[in-house]
Amino acid sequence: MNVAVAKTGKGRAVSDLFTSAEGRLPGSPAVVAVRREAFETYERLGLPHRRIEEWKYTDLRALVGEVLPLAAAPDAAALKRAADAVKAHAITGARKLVLVDGVFAADLSDVKALASEAGFGTSREALEKDAGLLKTASTDAVIALNAAMATDGVVLSIADGAQLSAPIQIIHIATAASASTFTRSQVKVGNGARATIIETFVAADAKAYQVNDAVIVTIGDNADVAHIRLMDDAPDAVNITSQFVTVGANTKLNFFNMTTGAAVSRLQGFITLAGEGSELLVNGANLLQKTEHGDTTLVVDHAVPNCVSREVFRAVLDDRAHSVFQGRIIVRPDAQKTDGKMMIRALLLSDEAEADNKPELEIFADDVSCGHGATAGALDDSLLFYLKARGLPEKQAQALLIQAFVGEAIEQIADDGLREHVIGIAERWLERRS
Amino acid sequence: MALLEVKDLKVRVEEREILHGLNLTVNEGEIHAIMGPNGSGKSTLSHVIAGKPGYEVTDGQILFRGEDLLEMSPDMRAAKGVFLAFQYPVEIPGVATMNFLRTALNAQRKARGESEYSTPDFLKKVREVSKSLNIPQDMLKRGVNVGFSGGEKKRNEVLQMALFEPSLCILDEMDSGLDIDALRIAADGVNALHSPKRAMVVITHYQRLLNYIVPDIVHVMSKGRVVKSGGKELALELEASGYAQFEDAA
Repeated sequence: MNVAVAKTGKGRAVSDLFTSAEGRLPGSPAVVAVRREAFETYERLGLPHRRIEEWKYTDLRALVGEVLPLAAAPDAAALKRAADAVKAHAITGARKLVLVDGVFAADLSDVKALASEAGFGTSREALEKDAGLLKTASTDAVIALNAAMATDGVVLSIADGAQLSAPIQIIHIATAASASTFTRSQVKVGNGARATIIETFVAADAKAYQVNDAVIVTIGDNADVAHIRLMDDAPDAVNITSQFVTVGANTKLNFFNMTTGAAVSRLQGFITLAGEGSELLVNGANLLQKTEHGDTTLVVDHAVPNCVSREVFRAVLDDRAHSVFQGRIIVRPDAQKTDGKMMIRALLLSDEAEADNKPELEIFADDVSCGHGATAGALDDSLLFYLKARGLPEKQAQALLIQAFVGEAIEQIADDGLREHVIGIAERWLERRS
Repeated sequence: MALLEVKDLKVRVEEREILHGLNLTVNEGEIHAIMGPNGSGKSTLSHVIAGKPGYEVTDGQILFRGEDLLEMSPDMRAAKGVFLAFQYPVEIPGVATMNFLRTALNAQRKARGESEYSTPDFLKKVREVSKSLNIPQDMLKRGVNVGFSGGEKKRNEVLQMALFEPSLCILDEMDSGLDIDALRIAADGVNALHSPKRAMVVITHYQRLLNYIVPDIVHVMSKGRVVKSGGKELALELEASGYAQFEDAA
């Protein structure tokens, strides 16, 4: 009997990815069993492709082809390069937690300073104990692959009532070329706590690498959380991130995502409003050029009554860039008085750029206020001419108007220093425009 | 050499000729008024001088200090010293007035090979200029023209004129949308900026504005040409007898 071996487009056996990495993956025998099962799920499904509804616009088989082998643990040279990258991308005053090629780097992190305010451990440590971290509410091929392959991550626990005096910045640094990293992190925010968590994805001279990240966030009641994600990976990298967020009662979560890097990226967020009276603000900006493909897919699940969700997504698309936004708002039968809105705004700087939007409302309650809207357009010629007539060259006039467009999203970040940091990233993106 | 020379200018918009061979010469320090009925081509002239897209110059020349203005991009024209005060200045949400002013001023200086202003030097300059024009500081903190009244928008144009120090200012229907008090304030600003080196071209439909900005030379435009030029008394004559007498001349 012939047993067919699943192969990638490049002829590599898919199972090699797991078997060759297994020795490096942390976990007790019970955890290894969970990982094996997860890998079998991935092997069965393969990379998502366009015939899978959720991945219709982001066909990873066509865009990525195959998953690269696991990146080696960073050596001294890699850590040195990572240290330089940390200096360049650290936010002033923030407490840093650094992952280099998917491995926590204690020497580059502020563990001691953090310890006074929050519980901290690594995912490696957590996985040596049990497989709890590998379980998520929903799964698909990339999430299963992450569960199978996750090498490390951070496990943060912010106690009830804690008021963090400084933001926590999780910095993912890639130093290895043509390799994959798999990270999985967990953040727990207690009742009445206040925290700002920033995630930064950057490269330190790495090329053509792949990031598969998963984050599980659980927020209690009466909390106030700002969550900022800044994905500025190398222009030829791939970044697929899955986030699972559960929000308690009377809590405010302000989530901001900005995509300025990676050839292919997808942020898929599954946010459940599980306690009444909470407010969710989601602001995103995808800045894409060349042939970059950036996908934001969000499922906001109103599981209980009296919650507000506001999603505003902006895409700035140059050259032949392709932006995807899929937003689903689910209102469960009990979730009366839900107020959920989403808005998508695309700014097309080129005739060849493409924006695909798919808003979906699934409403099972009868007393709700939900809606969505979308706009797409070019820069306003009358504004451009006004600026040019005042002496701004074409590119600079465009840059000022693009900054204004993105600025509306960035304005949602309350902290002055953080906002300046994000504006800086957007400005560097503008400078890269040809 | 004349500051501005428009020679036999013919301009089309979407296959329709709007200017049919227009001539105009403006020297340093002169104030010119261009008057004419709606549709005579006054605004087209101002747009073509500033370089607004959508106009096709089929014949003629525009020289600025002897240089061919039509060969230059709008930003280069601004850097050379051409300033168009817009009839309806646009609102630019999300672009703070201060940031806009500094970016524009430094872009012009850079294009001329001059050093750019540092932030403190720039702030000092803006404060001086806005104080001299009685422009409140909080106007500068808002988005460019966002939520400004008609009068505030025109004062913002005058502020830019003062800051950029152009040698040719074209004021396109500056009086439209202004009440008499706002008009007086804006006109005072313009008068304060007039100098022996700086020429003004005031485009207006009504004589009213010319009570506040007194021209040296008045041109009457009709059907895409200048049909008559004269002293400031020509404006009063027009006020009394209307434009109809010039319709045939064109």
